[in-house]
Amino acid sequence: MTDRTEQKPSETAKDATAENAAADIDANGRIDWHSPQMLARLRRRHAANRRMKFIGLAAILLAAGLLSILVGSLLKSGLPAFRQTFITLEFDLKPELVKPDNMRRGKWRKIVKEGLLRALPEDMRNNRKLKRKVLKIVSRSAPYALRDHVMKNPHLVGRIIPFDVLASDPYDQFNKGLLPEYVGAGERKRPNPKLGGPEVVRAFRVLKEQKRVSLPFNWGLFFNADSRLPEAAGLAGAIVGSFLTLLVTFLISFPTGILAAIYLEEFAPKNRFTDFVEININNLAAVPSVVFGLLGLSLFIGFFGVPRSTPLVGGMVLSLMTLPTIIIATRAALKAVPPSLREAALGVGASHHQMVFHHVLPVAMPGILTGAIIGMAQALGETAPLLLVGMNAFIPDISNMGITEPATALPTQIYSWADSPERGFVSRTAAAILVLLGFLLAMNTLAIWLRQRYSTKW
Amino acid sequence: MTMTKNRDITRQAATTNDVASPVCGGECKFITRDVNVFYGEKQAIFDVSLDIPDRSVMALIGPSGCGKSTYLRCLNRMNDLIDICRVEGTFLLDGEDIYSGAIDPVLLRARVGMVFQKPNPFPKSIYENVAYGPRIHGLAKNKADLDEIVETSLRKAALWEEVKDRLDAPGTGLSGGQQQRLCIARAIATRPEVILMDEPASALDPIATARIEELIDELKENYCIVIVTHSMQQAARVSDRTAFFHLGRLIEEGPTEQIFTAPREKQTQDYITGRYG
Repeated sequence: MTDRTEQKPSETAKDATAENAAADIDANGRIDWHSPQMLARLRRRHAANRRMKFIGLAAILLAAGLLSILVGSLLKSGLPAFRQTFITLEFDLKPELVKPDNMRRGKWRKIVKEGLLRALPEDMRNNRKLKRKVLKIVSRSAPYALRDHVMKNPHLVGRIIPFDVLASDPYDQFNKGLLPEYVGAGERKRPNPKLGGPEVVRAFRVLKEQKRVSLPFNWGLFFNADSRLPEAAGLAGAIVGSFLTLLVTFLISFPTGILAAIYLEEFAPKNRFTDFVEININNLAAVPSVVFGLLGLSLFIGFFGVPRSTPLVGGMVLSLMTLPTIIIATRAALKAVPPSLREAALGVGASHHQMVFHHVLPVAMPGILTGAIIGMAQALGETAPLLLVGMNAFIPDISNMGITEPATALPTQIYSWADSPERGFVSRTAAAILVLLGFLLAMNTLAIWLRQRYSTKW
Repeated sequence: MTMTKNRDITRQAATTNDVASPVCGGECKFITRDVNVFYGEKQAIFDVSLDIPDRSVMALIGPSGCGKSTYLRCLNRMNDLIDICRVEGTFLLDGEDIYSGAIDPVLLRARVGMVFQKPNPFPKSIYENVAYGPRIHGLAKNKADLDEIVETSLRKAALWEEVKDRLDAPGTGLSGGQQQRLCIARAIATRPEVILMDEPASALDPIATARIEELIDELKENYCIVIVTHSMQQAARVSDRTAFFHLGRLIEEGPTEQIFTAPREKQTQDYITGRYG
């Protein structure tokens, strides 16, 4: 007994917290649970507990704070783009201006200008300065929108019709209170040149008083194709392009990835070669995506001659990137299937193949789908490889999009918009980021739902 | 390479000597000779030779890690699944060497069914659990046939009355004892000749255990049953013959009554009186 009490301190001397470990053990080997050393040690242990909790909480709060700053700033600059200023005007479709036999050569700008002037009071209408600049109020796309509307409804020719036209970007911003009427301060204060001069602003005010200016939800953001004019630009081309690209990615990487994972996990012999394959799959998952873009550029486009800028080549590149994610997730899901289930299947005489496809795969499916969806979500947000294969085409018309037609995708669209100098693209970019985040959130929610819904209850 | 070579040698020996069994004459279901099992470099079973009579219960007892489960799993080649496991020796099922390639392991496992320590029904319906084996082996001509197999198997496993109204309910929703009986029904459904049970009652409460033991008693009318158990009372209650394993060797084998009342070996005596294990 005495031997032990003497030995103990030397044994545990290296352990800093147990320096006086044996001090509260008396000669009979009884432990004094209330000795000061014991209580101090206990306090230290509880303090370490609290410290850990505090640090963890602080980390979470920091992360949540940064995230809310990000989302907050996106919302602040992006939300205005979800509404768009329209101006309701009456247009006199005089046949001599419309040119009914060839409407494409009609004087649409003049019709729009007259429509604007009609709405204004007599004195303004005759102001020559205003006459020259009044078109600044409406979008440069307005004449084309009116033309397309009349071409679809030829019976309108000769009538006076009400029609909503887009306000120009500066007046859209002005209407939302994002563009000041004057710039500069003090002596240098002057009317904002972007608005075209005080008389144009006065004319806009008159239109507003006449309740011709409205600010409805901006469906154009989702249903319009891209445009050089921020007020007319929409994400339709990018959404369709992203969808087609992801479709190609899914069709290539999902079956390939799952079959590769099943083979490696269930059928392949365990040897140096399969170890080598496994290590390299894990390495592939860590390769920067831009490298896959270069590979796609030189191999798919340069060597195999896949048409560039298309969802086909974009999807092929992204599937290279998604494959390792799907393989790793699938292998993890297969590994997680309890061995007792495999034994049960083999025990009744199922062949290896039957065991895998009848029993293991259904149980692993929720995990596999989750991994696949997360891989696809990653691919949806990927920009660099798409830029390298040229998938940032300018798509002003979405009527003939296909997997072998030039296209753009959501992240590359954001990239191009962020690069545009027009003020209206600032909020359009933020809005596009919000749309992308919305899609990502939807995909991850789907993954969680699938996991909850189809996971096997034991 | 070495594995097949060794097996060839032992098989030759077995066939030339035309192994005759001292215990069960012509009624032996399994005859095993000179069984050695290795996990990598480590040998788990040493020179075990054991004969298992038909239509009776053979209990394998012994302390943990003595190789009884390993031996049991050799009988339907479940050890094939473990990469590093190597089996040597002769295993004759009705005179056929099960490791020779004459019997496909897939068909062997239909003939030699297995019930595991932890109930492991498929996460499918009760019906599917039982019907799966017959279906993959093509034992049923049509749906009515399959329905009949499912019913008979569940009846034999004494589960039919409890589940006949909810055959579509998931098998995993049953209680532990019911799950184990479902696993027995599943094993019976492929009309096996032998049923291997690896501690079938160790995860069950005493009442469920009693039901399983009753069931074993009924099943031995038609099947050869080999049961691994940690409970010596259970071995004494259900088995006709008992084999005592220790450190990978078969120490003693004989009629259960003799093993428990008058063991020949001192080690057996020590184990059944609880001196170690």
